[in-house]
Amino acid sequence: MLIEQNMTIYTAAELKPLILAEVRGSESPEFDLAAVSEIDSAGIQLLVLARREARSAGRMLKIVGVSPAVSESLSFISLAAGTHMRREDGAPDRIAAQGNGEART
Amino acid sequence: MNLDAALETYVVESQELLTQMEESLLAFAQGSVDAETINAVFRAAHTIKGSAGLFGLDGIVGFTHTVESVLDQVRDNTIPMSAELATLLLHCRDHMGHLVDAAASGEEIDPERAAEGAQWQGKLGKYLGKEVETATGKIGGEGAVAAFTKSATDYWHISLRFGVDVFRNGMDPLSFIRYLSTIGDIVAVIHYAHDMPPADEMDPESCYLGFEIGLRAATDKATIESAFEFVREDCRVSIVEPSSKVSDYLALIKELPDEEIRLGDILVRCGALTQHELDAAISLQTRPKLLGEILIDQKAVLQPVIQAALDKQKQVKESKGHESRFIRLDAEKLDILINRIGELVIAGAGISLSAKRAGAVELLEAAATLATLVEDVRDSALQLRMVPIGATFNRFQRVVHDVSAELGKDIALSISGADTEMDKTMVDRIGDPLMHLIRNAMDHGIEPTAARVAQGKSAKGTVRLNAYHDAGSIVIEVGDDGGGLKRERIMAKAIERGLVTADQKLSDSEVYDIIFEPGFSTAAQISNLSGRGVGMDVVKRSITDLRGTVEVESSEAAGTTIRIRLPLTLAIIDGFLVGVGKSVFVVPLDMVEECIELTPASREETKGRDFVNLRGKVLPFIQARKLFGIDDVRGRRENILVVRYAGQRAGLVVDELMGEAQTVIKPLGKLFQAVKGIGGSTILGDGRVALILDVPGLLQHVHREAIDGVLKAA
Repeated sequence: MLIEQNMTIYTAAELKPLILAEVRGSESPEFDLAAVSEIDSAGIQLLVLARREARSAGRMLKIVGVSPAVSESLSFISLAAGTHMRREDGAPDRIAAQGNGEART
Repeated sequence: MNLDAALETYVVESQELLTQMEESLLAFAQGSVDAETINAVFRAAHTIKGSAGLFGLDGIVGFTHTVESVLDQVRDNTIPMSAELATLLLHCRDHMGHLVDAAASGEEIDPERAAEGAQWQGKLGKYLGKEVETATGKIGGEGAVAAFTKSATDYWHISLRFGVDVFRNGMDPLSFIRYLSTIGDIVAVIHYAHDMPPADEMDPESCYLGFEIGLRAATDKATIESAFEFVREDCRVSIVEPSSKVSDYLALIKELPDEEIRLGDILVRCGALTQHELDAAISLQTRPKLLGEILIDQKAVLQPVIQAALDKQKQVKESKGHESRFIRLDAEKLDILINRIGELVIAGAGISLSAKRAGAVELLEAAATLATLVEDVRDSALQLRMVPIGATFNRFQRVVHDVSAELGKDIALSISGADTEMDKTMVDRIGDPLMHLIRNAMDHGIEPTAARVAQGKSAKGTVRLNAYHDAGSIVIEVGDDGGGLKRERIMAKAIERGLVTADQKLSDSEVYDIIFEPGFSTAAQISNLSGRGVGMDVVKRSITDLRGTVEVESSEAAGTTIRIRLPLTLAIIDGFLVGVGKSVFVVPLDMVEECIELTPASREETKGRDFVNLRGKVLPFIQARKLFGIDDVRGRRENILVVRYAGQRAGLVVDELMGEAQTVIKPLGKLFQAVKGIGGSTILGDGRVALILDVPGLLQHVHREAIDGVLKAA
């Protein structure tokens, strides 16, 4: 699924159903963020939600393209790479790193 | 994150804090120093610095840091607060203001100001220089040395839990992390969202994020805390010092319940205990015991300190409640509302009139009810624009402080009537004239200290600012207890300039009025009121523009008082309608004192002169018919409308008295603005235009005629 809008608090309400539809409706949900020129915490939160949904359905969420803005924002929270601390459920929490990594492949 | 909006909030907040700082510093300069106020000033500086850091305004952070350091030591009694230090801090406060303004406009501060700032900072540095060695030792007390030790391998742990409304409040949690990356290396970030509800219930505009951050930075806790200053109410921030063990703080954060941390925060912010002690206490915490009790058990804080913190918490809650009762409003919206109500008043008058013509009783009744309601709405709408003049008055405390230092005189400002309310537009426009009058009073009114002592006056001069309501106008007085105006010198100069002739007999107030003549005020020593910046003529013009008047009262013993009279409002007034021939005029009702009939008998009595005997007193009058050149058929009867303004009375002879009506003031066209005796126009209910009489102007006219008459007779 190609996202062309900004992923910010202003568009979050509108994006949420679209993102959930992709995650629930596709066997291998994919997001292309190469055209997203702005992303804030609300946008990132949607990605977190998407991944949680995907995971609970046993699917793998893929991010197949990132714009410079997305990459910059994700870089701030991708540093953890799940190694330093673990969430309470014991699973490393590393969506951002994943997103970034897959974008490069 | 909408940075512009947030920056705007920051600027407004900073300006409020700066105003608070100014008030407190002025109190210090006058010698009243108390710990609570010092604390308040310190906190203001701290908040300004902290929030500036968030926006990367390094100039403000750098400068304010120095100010804050000095204040911190004043707070600890390491540096005594003195009048000199207070004055220096006032200059620093001003510089902070310039820096904030520059940040608001997105420009660089101009180099001259920057140099000035560097100079203040240098002076502050001297205060710090002496104390530097003792400072580090002192902070390290209470066994918290480790907490403040700086080392290159420091590993801070910061845990953030943002509130659900963070996004809605215009904040972006990412920006805080971005800011942290500018003060050190972020080595790890874990985001945390397990409070996020199931997908279908999750509100995409609420924030469910939290972060655990590892930061390597050679900095202190205050710097890190300051990054979150802006979001403190919306985010639970825990910072664990580098020296603590990882296992300790993970356990600690899990156990940390919401309620207790707030009390803890307050204690830490008040300096009653360090974060380290708080952390230790929390780690000992067992369920049934309250944090406060534990702290006392440990003797970390004394009972009164806890009580103070609790009181503070209560205070904060109360002031929150207070704040929410106010709404910030765009002044333009108010103006639009008042304009609409003006139209409503006119439309309402039209309905009343039609009802009267139709003679329909029910309709008349409804129209009367409507009129009452419209009147109420009008009054409340105008009330919205009214603000107490106190804030404007208080601004001059600073001016008096600065100018008296500049002049080397000891002058105090005494303020009364600060609660008097007036129209916001007028409050804004009265500031400059008042400033000029106050500077004049200080510079020329109040004598040098030595001269005062020689005359047996107290060495300390006083400038008075007073405001009160009087007959539909607001009066503002600027007074001093100086030497008063010198009548002879003003007369001499006026004769020299050809403004008056030597044989003219002028009353004191007329002589004093000469100082408002253009060009006269700048005539240096003679006027005793020579201006800086704007002259007295400009003061007079600004006040006339507001439909106000100025008068001077002066005596050599008691000093000079300048009295400014302004109308209460600029938009809608209660008017009294009078008819002359076919024309209708409006007189502001506040100025109408009474109406009497001018009977043919009493007309006979006047013998063609323009005054009557009103219960034993002489009442000069103007014949409106003559004044406005109206040649229509005379009415059956004539009436005198007695008007009063600023203590003077006069009569106005008109044909018909038509009663009260609400009047929406419309400005006159440019062509007619110079016409004497007319203050504006209005539209009547039936669509006719009526002119509003300018009573002060008319009274002046009457007065002049009377004097001319006397002079001619003499």
